[in-house]
Order: sequence, then C-alpha cells, then structure tokens
Amino acid sequence: MLPGTDRMPDVIPWLILVPLVWASLAFLRGPGRGGRLALAGLAVQTGLAVKLAMQISISGVQSHAVGGWGAPLGIDLYADGLSAILLLLTQVVVLLLVVYARAYFIAHPEGVSYFWPLTGYLLAAMNALFLSADIFNIYVTLELLGLTAVGLVAARGGTESVGAAMRYLLAGLMGSGLFLLGVALVYGTYGTVSIAVLAPLIEAEAPSAVFVAVGAMLVGLLLKTALFPFHFWLPPAHGEAPAPVSALLSALVVKASFYLILRLWLQPFAPLVTTAAAQLLGLLGMAAILWGSAMALSQTRLKMLIAYSTVAQIGYLFLLFPLVTVTSQEAAESALQGGVMQVVTHALAKAAMFAAAGTVILSLGRDDIGGLGGVASRLPVSIFAFALGGITLAGLPPSGGFIAKWLLIDGALNSGQWGWVVVMISGGLLSAAYVCRVLRRAFLPMEAGARFNSPARALEWSAFTLALMSLLLGVRSAEVLILLGIR
Amino acid sequence: MSTALLFPLTGAALFVMGVAGLLLQPHLLRKIIAFNIMGSGIFLILVGLGQRGGSPDPVSQAMVLTGIVVSVAATGLALALARRLLDLTGKMQLPVPGEDAARDGPDA
Amino acid sequence: MNLNEALPLLVLGSSLVPGLIIFFLAETRFRLRTALNLAGAIIKLLLIGYMIWGVMDNQSYHFRHTVLPGLDLALKADALAILFVSLSGALWLLTTLYAIGYLEDSPHRSRFFGFFSLCVTATVGIAMAANLFTFFFFYELLTLSTYPLIVHRGTDVAIRGGNTYLAYTLTGSAVLLTGVVWLYDLLGQVDFTYGGTVASLGSEYDGQLKIIFVLLIAGLGVKAAIVPLHGWLPQAMVAPAPVSALLHAVAVVKAGAFGIVRVVYEVYGAEFSESLGVLPPLAVAAAVTIVWGSLRAIWQDNLKRRLAYSTISQISYIILGTAMLGLISTVGGVVHLVHQGIMKITLFFCAGNYAETLGVHKISGMNGAGRRMPLTSAAFSIAALGMMGAPLTAGYVSKSYLSEGAQQANIIWAEWVLTASGVLNAIYFLPILYRLWFKSQPPAWPRKHIQARGGKETAWLLLIPPLVTAAATLAAGIFSESNWSPLFWVKIIAVREYSP
Repeated sequence: MLPGTDRMPDVIPWLILVPLVWASLAFLRGPGRGGRLALAGLAVQTGLAVKLAMQISISGVQSHAVGGWGAPLGIDLYADGLSAILLLLTQVVVLLLVVYARAYFIAHPEGVSYFWPLTGYLLAAMNALFLSADIFNIYVTLELLGLTAVGLVAARGGTESVGAAMRYLLAGLMGSGLFLLGVALVYGTYGTVSIAVLAPLIEAEAPSAVFVAVGAMLVGLLLKTALFPFHFWLPPAHGEAPAPVSALLSALVVKASFYLILRLWLQPFAPLVTTAAAQLLGLLGMAAILWGSAMALSQTRLKMLIAYSTVAQIGYLFLLFPLVTVTSQEAAESALQGGVMQVVTHALAKAAMFAAAGTVILSLGRDDIGGLGGVASRLPVSIFAFALGGITLAGLPPSGGFIAKWLLIDGALNSGQWGWVVVMISGGLLSAAYVCRVLRRAFLPMEAGARFNSPARALEWSAFTLALMSLLLGVRSAEVLILLGIR
Repeated sequence: MSTALLFPLTGAALFVMGVAGLLLQPHLLRKIIAFNIMGSGIFLILVGLGQRGGSPDPVSQAMVLTGIVVSVAATGLALALARRLLDLTGKMQLPVPGEDAARDGPDA
Repeated sequence: MNLNEALPLLVLGSSLVPGLIIFFLAETRFRLRTALNLAGAIIKLLLIGYMIWGVMDNQSYHFRHTVLPGLDLALKADALAILFVSLSGALWLLTTLYAIGYLEDSPHRSRFFGFFSLCVTATVGIAMAANLFTFFFFYELLTLSTYPLIVHRGTDVAIRGGNTYLAYTLTGSAVLLTGVVWLYDLLGQVDFTYGGTVASLGSEYDGQLKIIFVLLIAGLGVKAAIVPLHGWLPQAMVAPAPVSALLHAVAVVKAGAFGIVRVVYEVYGAEFSESLGVLPPLAVAAAVTIVWGSLRAIWQDNLKRRLAYSTISQISYIILGTAMLGLISTVGGVVHLVHQGIMKITLFFCAGNYAETLGVHKISGMNGAGRRMPLTSAAFSIAALGMMGAPLTAGYVSKSYLSEGAQQANIIWAEWVLTASGVLNAIYFLPILYRLWFKSQPPAWPRKHIQARGGKETAWLLLIPPLVTAAATLAAGIFSESNWSPLFWVKIIAVREYSP
C-alpha cells in the first residue's frame, strides 16, 4: 500500500509527521495551492491509520517514545483501540473531504487562501491529540487544534466569519486555559502528567486540589466541545465557514475534545467521578438535545440548521456518562460502545450533510431553506446523501446511528435508568423532524426563475460516499467494537 | 506564608482576574490581555507547585516554556483577528450575532 | 454459504438490486427500467415458488449475520413468512405492471421505481425476519422508503400527507423500539418461535411483560392503523394509486398487522398472552377499530378515502382473529392477511382506473361507470362483494372462520361486531355498485388521461392487474379447501402454533 512500509514498523510518529510535512509544503506553495499534496498526504495517512488499527488488533496497545527520550522530559505517544478508531475515522473523513474541497474551491474560491496548510496542521494536531499519553501534551495539541480551526473559520475574511472566528478563539482559549489549570494542579499534586502513571496514584489518594483540577479540566473541555450551555460559539463558527470547513469542524474537531472527556473520565479520573456529576452531564446533554433541535427547527438557513443539529447531537453523546458511571459492567460496556458508535456515525453523517448542503448552496446560489424547491430532482445524489445522513442522525435502521442508539438504550435499560431512554428516543424523533424540514422543501417543485448551476461530480459523490459509510456501519459495526475492546 | 504557597495563590488570583476580564471586558484588546494574565496565573501555579523541597523542577519549567510559546502564538492570532475586525467594523469589539441584515451575496 | 442460506438473501436481492440500479438510471431509459423491474419481480416469484416447494418438503431456509454479539440480522422462511412473502411477491409483480401503465410519461419515474423496489425489499424483509431486531430493521426501512412514494407528486397536500405519515410512524417505531430493546435486555436474542419464548422468564416478570406488550402493540398499531392511531392513513391517500394499492394491501398496514401476528404467536405465544390477560384489551381495540372504520367510511364521498377507512376496519379483522384464543380464529385472522390484500388491491387498482381514465375521484361521479368500463367495474364489484363477505369470495372464508372462532372462544360480542361490520360494509359498498351498474352515464366524463387503443376501456396494463386479483378473490373463495389455497397454508401455521 505504501512504499517503505517495512522500514517503518512504527507508524505512530508518521501519523503526526506526514500532515506536518505536506502542510508546510502547501504553505510554501502559497495561497490556494496544495490540494494535490493534501490528497497524497491523506492517502498515506489513511494507509498508516489502517496499519495502526491492524497492529493494535493483532498485538494490542502500541506506544512510542518520541526521539527515544521517554517520559518525563520526553514525550510518550500511545494508541489503543479507541485512539485507533478515531484516527481511522479522522483520516477517512478528511480524505473524502479533501476530494470534496478541491472541487468546491474550484467552483467557489472565496476562503481557499490557506485552507490546505491549515487543514494539514489541524490534522497533525488532531492525530497527536489522539495519540497523546500525557495530559500536558494533550493541552498543547488541544491548543494547536483550536488555533488552526480558528484560522479555517476566519479564512473567508468577512465581518461574520472573522467575528465568528474571534468568538471561537476566545471560547477556545478560555477552555484550554481551564484545562491547563487542571494540568498544573494535577502535576503539583502528583508530580506527573502521564495518564498511565496517574491512574493508580489517583486511585490511592485524591486531595481536594485534584477535585478542583478535574472540575476545571471538565469545564474547559465542555467549553471546547460546545455542550449546552457552552454552545454559543458553535453555530456561527460552523455556519459561517465554507462548507468543507464546516464539515471538518462539525464532524471531527468537536469530537476531539469529547474524546478527551471520555478518555479522562474512564481512565485516570474514574475514582473521582460521581453519579451526580454524571447525571448533570446527562441533563446538560438533554438540554442540548432539546435546545439544539428547537433551534434547528426554527432556522431559515440550511447551514445554520445543520450547525444547530450538531449542538443537539453533541448533547446525545453526553447521555453516555450517566450510563457508564457506577453502573453494572454490562450496562457500561454497552453504553460505551453505543457512545463511540455515535461519535463515528455522527462524524460521517455530519460531514456528508455539510458537504451535501455546500453543493446545494453552490448550485442554487442561496442558502435559505425556503428556496430548496426542485433540489430533489436536480441534485438527487446530494439530497440522497443528506437524507442518508439524516437517517443516521435520527438513529434509524439500517444506519450505524441505529446500532448506536440500540446500544445506548440497552445500556440505559440495563442500568435501570428509564428517563434516559425517553430522552434518547425523543432526541431521535427531533432529529427526524428537522431533517424532514429540509427534505420536504427539496421535494417541492422548483421556483420559477430560480438559477441553477450543475455542480462537479466529485462534490456530489464524495458527500454520498461519506453518507453511505455511515449507513453501512449499521451492518458492519462489529469490527469497530472489537477494536474498541482493546484497551 | 511560605513561598511554596505564595506562588500558587498569586497564580490563582491572576487566573481569576484573567477569567473575569475575558468574560466581562467588551474591548478585544482587553480580552487578549486578560487571556495573557490568565495564562501567567496558570504558569505561576505550575512553577510554584512544581518546586519540591525548594529546588526548581525542570519538567514544570519545560512545560511553562511550552505554554508560553503556545500563548504567544494564540495572542498573535487573536491580535490579527482583532485588527481585521477593526478594519471591517471600525470597532474593537465582537460583532453582535444575528445582525444578518448587512450580509450581502450568497455564501456557502 | 449454501443455497438454503442464500435463498432468503436472493429473495431480498431480487428487488433490492434492481431498485438500486434504477435509482441511477436516466429518466429516458424506459425500456431498461421496465426490464429490470419485471425481471426482478419475476425472479422473486420464481425464488418464492422454489421456497414454497422446499418448505412443504420440510426444508429450512435460514440466513444469519451477526451485527454485534447477541444481535443478529436473521432471515428465515417459515410457513408464516412464506405466506406473506408470496402475497407481496405476487402483488408486487401486478402492481409494477400497473405502475408502469399508470405513470406513463410522468416525471421522476426512476426515483419512483427505485423507492418502490426498496419498499418491496423492506416488506419481504419484514416477512422473513427471524427475530425482533431484524423485524424492526426492515420495518423502519419500510417507513423510510414509503415516504418518498407518498410525497412523490410534490404537491402541498402530498407533502402534508407524507409528513403526517412520518410523524405517526416514526413515533410509533420509537415506541416499538423501546419495547424491542427492553425485551432483548430481558431475554437476549428474541427469535420468533411457535408458541413464543417469553413464558420462560417466570411469573415475576409478568408486569414488565405486560408493559412491553403494550409498547410493542402500540408501536405496531400505528402502521396497522388501530383506532386511535389511524390518523395518517386517510391522509396518505394522496399518493399515486399504485402506491396506495401497495400500502393498503401488502406493505405498510399489512406490516403492522403481520408484526402483531408475530408478536402474539411467536414472541408471547397465544396461550401465554391469554394467561397474561393482554388479549381481551387487544380484541376490544380491534373491535372498536372495525366498527369505527366502517362508520367513517360511510360518510366519505372521495372513493379513495372511503377505501382507506374500509382498510382501517378490515385490517383489524386480522387483529381480532389474533386476539381471540383458538385455532379457528387464528386461521380466520391470518388468512385474512392474504384475503384482505388481494381484495383491497383490486379496489385500489379500479379506483386508479376510474381516476385516470374517466377523471372520476368521487363516488357521486361514478354513475354509469359500469357501462363505460365493464371489466374494471366487474373486478371492483367482485372485490367489494368479497369485502362484504359474500359467499364464493375470499372474504366469506375469512369471516366465517372469524365468527366461528368467536363462538369457539366464547366471545359473543365479537360475533356481534362482525355482523354489524358486515352490515356497515354493505351500506358503504352497495350504493357504489348501484351507481356503477344501474345509473345512467353522464353526458361527458370529466377528463380522459389515459387514451385506450382499439376501443378498450382503458390501457391494458391498467386492466390486467385488477382482473387477475379479482379472479384470485373468487378462486380463494371457491377453491378454499384445495391444497394450494391460502386457507390450507394458514391451517398448517395454526396447527403448528397450537401443538407445541
């Protein structure tokens, strides 16, 4: 698959280096250049992620000491099943989005300026984040991720997008500041930042400073994940950016900080988390579902609707915490599997939906939902992609979202937490409602005198492929969950 | 009060001031300065708690150095964006969301 | 994978694959699209024929794919599955023929036939589902693939109807899903087994099982249009005639009723359901629906709306038969699954013919249509008489088994309901027949959409399907005791249910 694979048995550092290299080359080539570099780089990265997943499934957890230094002064990288899933997901989604973005920016060059290098740096930060084995390194990657994402949002340069970027940046800085405060307190208490070393120490003894640290880190990450009520920055940032950027941010970037919450909740901080905190997260998730869906139902612009849908879907992810905290092993396992499936399928579906929406908007030259008439007959592939994505969001079969919902409901029933079942079911119905709002318009006849440009095929089919993958996970989720089991 | 507590407590106070500034100051430049104050507070805590038995801890020093680099980068980006906003709107403030009336042309 | 495992998949694939190809065909590829449609339908029928032969020969056809540990997508062709699969396979072929004629020259035919094929795939999947998870999987696929068919015309009314449909059915399936996951949580994999599996749980679970039963039936009852969950059905009438035909006869409402049959007989088991005390309320709900649907039908002047209310009433015959304990009522209920299908599809085909050929949508405008369209009207009359339960028709067979079953189960009021419904059926069908045959034609018909060639009453593609199904209505009545009748097959199923 990849020349010289034999000479680099350790793929972990390459997952960070490859995007850094092509991003820098793309930067040197100047604004608007580097699409082909990105495509080649992503092809290599996807290969690397597959290889890593295979290594992990064969020989278990992998780790790597950067430069041979080793902790505490050096940096350790670490990958288990969960990291491998997210790495693979990231490379695959971005690979398809790169195909999409190349066609998109040919048709609509506004905002392309430093899209390619920023995407590359963003990927390097995200891959490093998924591979980090210590909480300080996590802070650094989190900050890099935030800065590159802000750059992408601001790329178009208008008041709305720069304003959205500024808001996003300030929220992000506050979030990572809180996280770093937590890191400082944890380091001050235990003298280490390594997740693996911390776990037994926290289990043994946790002074009150550590509770403050965990609280600060949690709030910081919630701010970055845009869980209600910290979601204020998300809709403008995701709604204002060019479509490939919106797809990237909604599908992947918010998942990175969610991944951290999950990882820290389950591993080093497990002895500290309480049922009350978990229920609170669940309640915030419920509020996010209700608020996000209500806002999505009242939007007049297509991309804002999808952005608010992300707010709601993030809420859905947080329903996982009441189910994994102080419940039976079986319930927790089922809920964790459901939550991770939800992350994966939502990423694919949301990328597909933003991409499809971008195609629709390019073709119509407008992005109000009222003007969608005739789209179903003019852009069947895009509308199909949007609808398949919607099926996943609503958790309907045959999509991967259905398996996720099944597992989550199973976890809730198994732990006797009835209320959450009702929330999950209603959340699915609400998503169906706002997706349907778009589809019903699309099936109406075209308005007289409406303008229409045929889009490039790559635009339509890359979105469709993403949506199809979210669908096919419905019958092939076992592989994902086997990988998840390797910890 | 021992220096072991003095650093972290000062840091905590700076952090709180920074957060308050970040939240409450409408002027962007003040927000950016507040962010830097917040960061300095964290660095003080890190260095202060890190020193064991009075001798400085190289790991926490290394972390603070990294943190400073990161916050310089963040400050640079924030300043660039603030500058751009000033050019666009004539104000050093976040634009009020929802003022969509001024929007022109299609966007995607 | 040997042939016996592959066969259920092939039956699914025979409509799935053509459907997926059709989606991406250009609108102008009329011949290729027609060829794919018909080839798929014929291959499916042949495969089903082979399976019928195999099932009689005690072959078993199982397919299993593990999605997650303890969660299998499983298909099987048991006697009940074969019954439903044959019905949908046969009616699919006829409806496809009809739809080709009906949609001649209308836009978006690739989209239409693509979803049409998906819809049949889902129905066949429902029929062959071997456990509740698989059932739910295809049940939702059916919901999703019928929505574009209902809104196909893109008018405001169509889209409103479609949205009402989605709102009802998605809420229904959310309730159903809760019940299904709960049952899986208690039992592990819930495979459909004659006599049911839940009884093994022990009496301390009776309370939970009752709640789950209510959730399952409420979820299924939306599609089966049990009053008060029936509101979507009359609104969904805006769909093109072939879609209404399919919806009412084989796909959506039938899927709901079929699900109830599976749940009562093969998840809970008839005897356990009776001992749990959940059957009498179900019977009452069915009885109310029977009477309510018939009453409402009387006041409808729009022909398709009257037929829609008639469907609401007739589907609950199946549920009433299922809700009364005893071999004979089971036979009556399950056989009506088939009989109602062939009769109701005839009526909808004919309604479509009147609308397309004469431009007649209202019953008040049907005066003298029998002379103008004798063959269509003959078919309509046979099916209407069948619905009333006239002797020599399929309807008579179902109704006589149902009322005998009510006697056997000692549920006297059910007999009264059946009689009353028969009278109501006559009240709303006989005036139509009177108008058709005994009133004189108007000077001009409102509109001629389909131009028939050579002096025929309408295009032959629109004429053959109702004639075939009308003939089947008679055949199922007259030859009900033969070895190839639906009745014979249903008796096999019923005997298996009651003899563990």
